[in-house]
Amino acid sequence: MIINHPLLGPRDSAEFTYMGDARLMDRPDPDAPDAAAAFYDYAYLRDNPAGWHRELWFHEAGDRSWLVVTRNTVTHEISAVELASDVARAQGRT
Amino acid sequence: MDRLTPVPALGAGTQTIGSVTIAENSGVALASVAARRGQSDACGKVLKSILGDVPAVGKAILHDPEAGFWMGPDQWMIGAPMASHEDIADQLKASFGDAASITEQSGAWVVFDVTGAKMPDMCEILCNVPIRKMVAGDVQRTMIHQLGCFVIRRAADDHIRILGPRASAGTLHHALVTAAKSVA
Amino acid sequence: MKQKSMTQTNRIAGGQVDRSTTLKFSFDGKQYAGHDGDTLASALLANGVRLMGRSFKYHRPRGPLTAGSEEPNALVQLRIGARQEPNTRATTAELFDGLTATSQNRLGSLSFDLLAINDRLSNFLTAGFYYKTFMWPKAFWEKVYEPIIRNAAGLGSLSLHDDPDVYEKGFLHCDLLIIGAGPAGLMAALTAGRSGADVILADEDFRMGGRLNAETFAIGDASGADWAAATVAELTSMPNVRLLPRTTVIGAFDHGIYGAVERISDHLATPAPDKPRQILWRIYTQKTVLAAGAIERPIAFENNDRPGIMTASALRTYANRFGVAVDQRNAIFTNNDDGHRTATDLHAKGVKVTVIDTRTDAPKSQDYEVLAGAQVVNTMGRLGLTFAQVRLQGGSERTIECSALGTSGGWNPNVHMTCHQRGRPTWNADLAAFVPNDLPYGMTVAGAAMGDLSTAGALAGGAKAAQTALGLTTPLPTIPDAEDAPVNITPFWYVAGSNRAWVDQQNDVTVKDVKLSHQEGFRSVEHLKRYTTLGMATDQGKTANMGGLAIMAELAGKTIPEVGTTIFRPPYTPVAIGAFAGRHRGQDFHPKRLTPTHNWAAEQGAVFVEVGNWMRAQWFPRAGETTWRESVDREVMATRGSVGVCDVTTLGKVDVQGADAATFLNKIYCNGFAKLPVGKVRYGLMLREDGIAMDDGTAARLAEDHFVVTTTTANALPVYRHMEFVRQCLVPDMDVQLISTTESWAQYAVAGPNARRVLEKIVDQDISNDAFPFMACADITVCGGLRARLFRISFSGELAYEIAVPTAYGDALIRRIMQAGAEFDITPYGTEALGVMRIEKGHAAGNELNGTTSAQNLGMGRMVSTKKDSIGAVLSRREGLNTDDDLRQVGIKPVDPADKTPAGAHLMAADGPVDAAHDQGYVTSACYSPTLGHHIALAFLKDGVNRIGEQMRLVSPLTGVDVAVEICSAHFVDPEGVRLRG
Repeated sequence: MIINHPLLGPRDSAEFTYMGDARLMDRPDPDAPDAAAAFYDYAYLRDNPAGWHRELWFHEAGDRSWLVVTRNTVTHEISAVELASDVARAQGRT
Repeated sequence: MDRLTPVPALGAGTQTIGSVTIAENSGVALASVAARRGQSDACGKVLKSILGDVPAVGKAILHDPEAGFWMGPDQWMIGAPMASHEDIADQLKASFGDAASITEQSGAWVVFDVTGAKMPDMCEILCNVPIRKMVAGDVQRTMIHQLGCFVIRRAADDHIRILGPRASAGTLHHALVTAAKSVA
Repeated sequence: MKQKSMTQTNRIAGGQVDRSTTLKFSFDGKQYAGHDGDTLASALLANGVRLMGRSFKYHRPRGPLTAGSEEPNALVQLRIGARQEPNTRATTAELFDGLTATSQNRLGSLSFDLLAINDRLSNFLTAGFYYKTFMWPKAFWEKVYEPIIRNAAGLGSLSLHDDPDVYEKGFLHCDLLIIGAGPAGLMAALTAGRSGADVILADEDFRMGGRLNAETFAIGDASGADWAAATVAELTSMPNVRLLPRTTVIGAFDHGIYGAVERISDHLATPAPDKPRQILWRIYTQKTVLAAGAIERPIAFENNDRPGIMTASALRTYANRFGVAVDQRNAIFTNNDDGHRTATDLHAKGVKVTVIDTRTDAPKSQDYEVLAGAQVVNTMGRLGLTFAQVRLQGGSERTIECSALGTSGGWNPNVHMTCHQRGRPTWNADLAAFVPNDLPYGMTVAGAAMGDLSTAGALAGGAKAAQTALGLTTPLPTIPDAEDAPVNITPFWYVAGSNRAWVDQQNDVTVKDVKLSHQEGFRSVEHLKRYTTLGMATDQGKTANMGGLAIMAELAGKTIPEVGTTIFRPPYTPVAIGAFAGRHRGQDFHPKRLTPTHNWAAEQGAVFVEVGNWMRAQWFPRAGETTWRESVDREVMATRGSVGVCDVTTLGKVDVQGADAATFLNKIYCNGFAKLPVGKVRYGLMLREDGIAMDDGTAARLAEDHFVVTTTTANALPVYRHMEFVRQCLVPDMDVQLISTTESWAQYAVAGPNARRVLEKIVDQDISNDAFPFMACADITVCGGLRARLFRISFSGELAYEIAVPTAYGDALIRRIMQAGAEFDITPYGTEALGVMRIEKGHAAGNELNGTTSAQNLGMGRMVSTKKDSIGAVLSRREGLNTDDDLRQVGIKPVDPADKTPAGAHLMAADGPVDAAHDQGYVTSACYSPTLGHHIALAFLKDGVNRIGEQMRLVSPLTGVDVAVEICSAHFVDPEGVRLRG
């Protein structure tokens, strides 16, 4: 596959390490009253859909950026590639 | 007490195979520069003063005596002659102050200069860089024989500089020599 | 016309072989001669050899069915010795001087194969016979049936030697990849090349031109072959066009990535020195034109597999391209007009031809006899065709004497590559064939592969495809005039009433087998394939699948498109495993990482061990030491007794800088780092988010905003990746910068009561216990000013330091340390002694941090700070990870000091049953402790902390271990830590 890196342009997916569901960025609030349940959900109950999926890819053999790749797991079509740090900030992380 | 004497990563010297010459270059001092949060502009100013400009994404500035290339977001590698810049990290720390984090990298890399007419053919069986489309100053991080390397297209059309992990200098050199023989 | 030579009795005039060269070769030990430009098959046919192999199951005599890579029958062993390669298609093997080939799959000689008895047993060996026959008795399968079947089945054999050749893997980038260099591909390349685009044109043949090399018709004023040669010459002159002959594109992968195998040296007796045999290219392209042509399919009839029976186009190719008439008496069995083209060409070469056309309205000919509405119902000839039995339109039969019979059932566009991305072809009733439908990203299809079977159609389609693919607005090159015959075909798949009509010759599948499979309920085309093996093996049914589908459709009362095709998968043709491995084999399987002391350690005679890719000194044997244990015991005792030195460069190091560096470390380590003073080191434990231990190491605070974090050797990369994940995805606005510096520094542990005395001679600063106490760290200088780092940390439990200098000085530093330590008999120690000392000290390592253990298990539960959030903190507090009887790390010693306490063994109550239900724990690390004089071990034991002193059984039924052990503290040596603070 080719991942269109937001900074570097099209790169072979072989340069990346895959980590799955981008929900891993949505780390729960450890101080919330339901933290234990939320973390359980976060750590174990990730999606693995046949179809569109937001995934984390690490450009290990490249610029060491974590990317959020929106990919169709059936067709391998990729509709969006974002820097994870931009996504994280957009979600209000600091 | 006697001072310690450095040794080259491999001591491979220079080989010419067919039209390709592979030369280990022990004369490059290296340090990485990473902008502190919110200091990109300040960091850029210092980079400009040292290199003449800020290396853009995927680019090197082949400046003298210091050269530099983009490594990642807000991160650059600066190289300079070892003879005058052995303490490159300290020099850069003095220049950048709190604008950037500096890390000495001289010991992390082995540097090979590859030149010659068949260099592009050799590149094609070594790594996934679009070597025939690269122009002077293009840099790409890539894998050579499973090793993460930087490939820098230098000023001359037939010249690339490869920075590879120093501990695997032998493996990398072997890969370069075999590839050179293969296309010779 | 015919020019008979002494040996090449079937060689006729014309063709593209170089008659000025003579290439000698042998087949089954017999010497023959051919010419440059021949394939092995064309040269054998020129020499009158039609019989080239025995079939897979029935050992029937077989010759070539085709003249190309779709060949199912003429598979031979090429070369001898280590280079012997089985299942090579004689129809594509380029002839070279000295080529040695042997037939395969025979017992005895090719003409008298003892296993031909299978053919007599054919009623027994029908579809699915393995599944039905060898069910009982069960034990017979492994001992009796399987060895016999394995011996009789299969095709060629392996040399069982290492492949002496080398292979490369490479990467190419282009704007347009053109697959196939026939008329469509050449025209596409011309169009794209002249536009200035970067073009790669790949063709599996050694001569580009595709069918143009095998046809007699003209393109413009030139012959097709001459036009192809002229076009190739023009393309060669273009710097933006790369021609890859002898290159098979094997697969279309995601997003415009293609795999291709270039055969650099297969046409040579041996590759030139240092040159690869093949290159596996990964081609990145924006656009692709598939111009892969079409494959003629045979018709099935009784005994249609005799040597001499082949596709009509193969007969035509051998005559036109190779100057070979397979025989002087030919017959053509066809259902379409293209069969007549073969007849016309053969007739022009002076060969006698009779055409048997299934159609009653078959075209007439002045030149040769046409039997309209006729069918071939049987053939004769034991080792090769001699007669064909024909049923005429009226029903009467006639025998035709012929030794070559061409069959033409129509042409199948080569849609394979269009289907590698889940595309399914669509049915074209005019052609009676599947044509491309859904195409992979960036692909257009042209020429015969698209169903444009005329030359004019191919030329125009090729130009148009390139234009469309590249979005060219420039005028197209002039399309030269060429034949534009329409396709006239009446589908006809097999002759009714046949008993042994072969659909898949490679797998010996007959029409009857397909029917049997249907009768037994296999209705899906994929099931048909698995049950009958139709379409499997090296040719993947390129000449067989359509016939099988047609019969299935007929039996099921469906149309062919309703039945559908099996899925086409890469590779297009078989690929040598060596090509996939490339240079990554043997010593070069993976890279080696050498430590800064490697050369020095090698001089000391160190024994090395691979750890990850690192080569680490395992121990340093001395003269007189006969076992590794002697060396390791000596190294441990010397270190604990005086001083030892060990290269610990391989530990991962990550530079962590920035104003928020301490806050960041607080996040990734479960214990606190915010208050660690500058100049101090702290042990840190990293958890995964699920609360399980991930890695451990130390973090040294060199400045307020600068830490150096160490990781275990094996986890250097995963931990760095994890840290970047936290930095970029969870805390993107923290001011923290990470960079891996593992290889930047040569780092050595100097340990033992005399460690300080040694280092005082090297370090420029005061390192007395007061100035530089336990867990201190600092930027220092050594040997008169060289920048260095010093850490007072101890893995061995002794007074110890780790000293680091820039890697280039690592070799000099180890020699200097040895010099400085000489008066204390300083002893280099390797990873084994390192391991012994850490077990003696009760330190956890990879065996304990094994992906299942929590901080609690490791006895570090209290380290998990409750005052701050860190990765894994919340889930580490889960009830399930905090039970009273949880596993805890303990020490183990044998009751009888002579006993061993091996890792992997399990702990059982001394008097209880030994079974999984009563398992109490297990040993993770074990060694002989020279300090204590007996074996010791670290183990995880249920409620371990409360069981110190208990006697238990340590068992491993698998390895015969059953010893009495005593549970003790994991800290075997200096539990109070007096030595390391000294």
